[in-house]
Amino acid sequence: MTTTLVALAVVMAVVIGWLLRQTLGTRPWADPRTMAAGDPSVAGLPMPSIKIGLAVFMTVATSLFALSISAYLMRREGADWRPVAQPLVLWFNTAMLGLGSVCFEWANRSARAGRAGGVTRGLLAGGACTLLFLAGQYGAWRSLEAAGYYVTSNPAASFFYFLTALHALHLLGGLWVWGTTLVRVRRGAAVRDIRLSVELCTAYWHFLLVVWLVLFGLLLFT
Amino acid sequence: MTYVPVGHDATDYAPPAETQEPELYHPKTFIGKYIWSQDAKVIAIQYSITAIGIGVVALVLSWLMRLQLGFPNTFSFIDPSAYLQMVSMHGMIMVIYLLTALFLGGFGNYLIPLMVGARDMVFPYVNMLSYWIYLFAVLLLLASFFVPGGPTGAGWTLYPPQAILTGTPGAGWGIILMLVSLAFFIVGFTMGGLNYVVTVLQARTRGMTLLRLPLTIWGIFVATILALLAFPALFVSAIMMTLDLTLGTSFFMPGIISQGKQLDYGGGSPVLFQHLFWFFGHPEVYIVALPAFGIVSDLISVNARKNIFGYRMMVWAILAIGGLSFIVWAHHMYVSGMNPYFGFFFATTTLIIAIPTALKVYNWVLTLWRGNIRLNVPMLFAIGFIFTFIHGGLTGIFLGNVAVDLALSDTMFVVAHFHMVMAIAPVLVVMGAIYHWYPKMTGRMLDDTLGKIHFWITFLGSYAIYLPMHYLGFLGVPRRYYAMGDTYFVPESAQSLNAAITIAALVVGVAQIIFFYNLVRSYFKGEPSGGNPWEATTLEWQTPETPPTHGNFGKDLPVVYRWAYDYSVPGAEKDFIPQNEPPSPGAGGAAGSHA
Repeated sequence: MTTTLVALAVVMAVVIGWLLRQTLGTRPWADPRTMAAGDPSVAGLPMPSIKIGLAVFMTVATSLFALSISAYLMRREGADWRPVAQPLVLWFNTAMLGLGSVCFEWANRSARAGRAGGVTRGLLAGGACTLLFLAGQYGAWRSLEAAGYYVTSNPAASFFYFLTALHALHLLGGLWVWGTTLVRVRRGAAVRDIRLSVELCTAYWHFLLVVWLVLFGLLLFT
Repeated sequence: MTYVPVGHDATDYAPPAETQEPELYHPKTFIGKYIWSQDAKVIAIQYSITAIGIGVVALVLSWLMRLQLGFPNTFSFIDPSAYLQMVSMHGMIMVIYLLTALFLGGFGNYLIPLMVGARDMVFPYVNMLSYWIYLFAVLLLLASFFVPGGPTGAGWTLYPPQAILTGTPGAGWGIILMLVSLAFFIVGFTMGGLNYVVTVLQARTRGMTLLRLPLTIWGIFVATILALLAFPALFVSAIMMTLDLTLGTSFFMPGIISQGKQLDYGGGSPVLFQHLFWFFGHPEVYIVALPAFGIVSDLISVNARKNIFGYRMMVWAILAIGGLSFIVWAHHMYVSGMNPYFGFFFATTTLIIAIPTALKVYNWVLTLWRGNIRLNVPMLFAIGFIFTFIHGGLTGIFLGNVAVDLALSDTMFVVAHFHMVMAIAPVLVVMGAIYHWYPKMTGRMLDDTLGKIHFWITFLGSYAIYLPMHYLGFLGVPRRYYAMGDTYFVPESAQSLNAAITIAALVVGVAQIIFFYNLVRSYFKGEPSGGNPWEATTLEWQTPETPPTHGNFGKDLPVVYRWAYDYSVPGAEKDFIPQNEPPSPGAGGAAGSHA
């Protein structure tokens, strides 16, 4: 559980650190400063609520993946653990997800600059890369099966299927938001109206790329 | 007492709103208003009714268990399998589907927007989905009573390997429905939890700084953070166990010979499940306790007519308890064969968490000290909570020590401990909170006499149930056993004690009818409450209409000028100053002398 504890310690440190900064040295029963204009503690954080919502969701997902990794590391101690040779297609998949992340960043920067063409192209390319990643992950499953590693063959194989499926499900959720954003773009929505959605997609894709890199490293080196 | 107007501890400057209010969804049909509702108040009532409804099912299951324990060989319909199923379903329903859902989904939804000065939750549609997914999870759980083999009898901890092995009651459909139901519950809760956290962070009205939040909101806020971080552990373990059961993986299942046959499982780790389960399970105690701590702080302050003693210390104690609750989980696993140094570590952290918890108890008592106490029904329940919580907390210190726990593990002492600290104590707060906020929800007071009868039977009856149960534990009476049999070290008198406990449990259970009768009768015939019957300071009592209508605060949101605990302020006109009351003209800025 050390992995989970480290991850949660970071999360808790951020949360508690922020809360302490908001509260230390404050005397709620008598403090004229707390009503000063521009004090961020008065009207919440200076960003849209949906961004905070996404940050909270990514924190929950971090906990989920950290716990899954902890379970992987603990189960790995078992005598029946036989490492699975990772299919080569995973390298291609990793490149696709990385490229997808870059494309979303391109769409995001285009949205900030008000370039509608860049937004559309970035979103389309990012989504295509993601779909290729998912297809590649399915290909990895098939090649594992062809090599005789079924979901029940070996705990290492079980974890491979479990972790990749968990990650893919999170990507599918992201693709749903990506799809709705793309529909709005195709229907002629102004760039300023979809800028927030693009920004949220970009943040989420970066997050899932980092998660995948951690998972891939784990699968590769253990 | 004579009061003179002073501009006490408030500032007279309110900056203009920096952002526009979000647009509210305005339903036009009955279904939109009350069924597929996006209004947090309606969702709160939906959550509460569902949670209390399923809680009554669990209460009836506990009566049946007690009938078997008190009067064995009397009721032919309670066989060993049925008994284990009752134990399992009672525990899981009470902890997850009642208490978690009621404190966070019920009180969280009702109180967060009202107490922080918001019109609604920040994501109302997601909030609505949260309830319907919760209801679906409850229905899945209830369905397990009607499937072949019945509900799971694996105990509320669902430990593998026995949870999914043939021979355990409900090892087929029952356990699958339980695991799937838990997964849906967690998905639904996550949707609600996102709302609770983001609403507290983003939707506070002008002037409502973090340290002007009532402690009720602090408790719900931090408990939600704990739940969002801890529930994934239960989610992961539920999914993995489902895969073990359905696909035949061996995440948790070791090599086993069952009924003379070698199963296909091998190498899995049941202890891994225990780690995951309790990594969720112990924070779960505080997911229930922290909202209770917050609510009881407010009930005591309002009814002692005093500001809560050590407000900042109370906030930091909530944060400290929240943080520490993640590093004590393995004290539930002392008998799992863990490394003794682990035991030492977890015993130490367990004792450390008692410090902020004790601070809270001292502060409640010091708030009562020399207060102008109104001994009304919510206050009785709040004081009752202090008794039962101290009691359960102290026995927790016993069990937190490895050497003591090894002897008492799996005895009735443990059952008595966690029921005092995690069942009776929070339920007393739930009751107190309902008596306190019912007038705001309905515009009518609950009957005081019925409330006092309800309190005294529940409070004294709870002691009649659980105090002797500690003694049974000392005698070595094991928990989860259908019958004691001829155990040589348990004297025959233990059976008499068991019978007495059962009678007390039935009386306490039946006494809840008084409460439900009071709820229904008062809704139609209760005395009109007015907007602020308890003369409280927090924003929910300052709404222009009672019950609050859609949007909560009429045309303009309130502006907050002070903290939530301005009671009996020296020199003030009244013995309470609402949070949204501006300072008197010409009185100037902060005084703060009473703090």
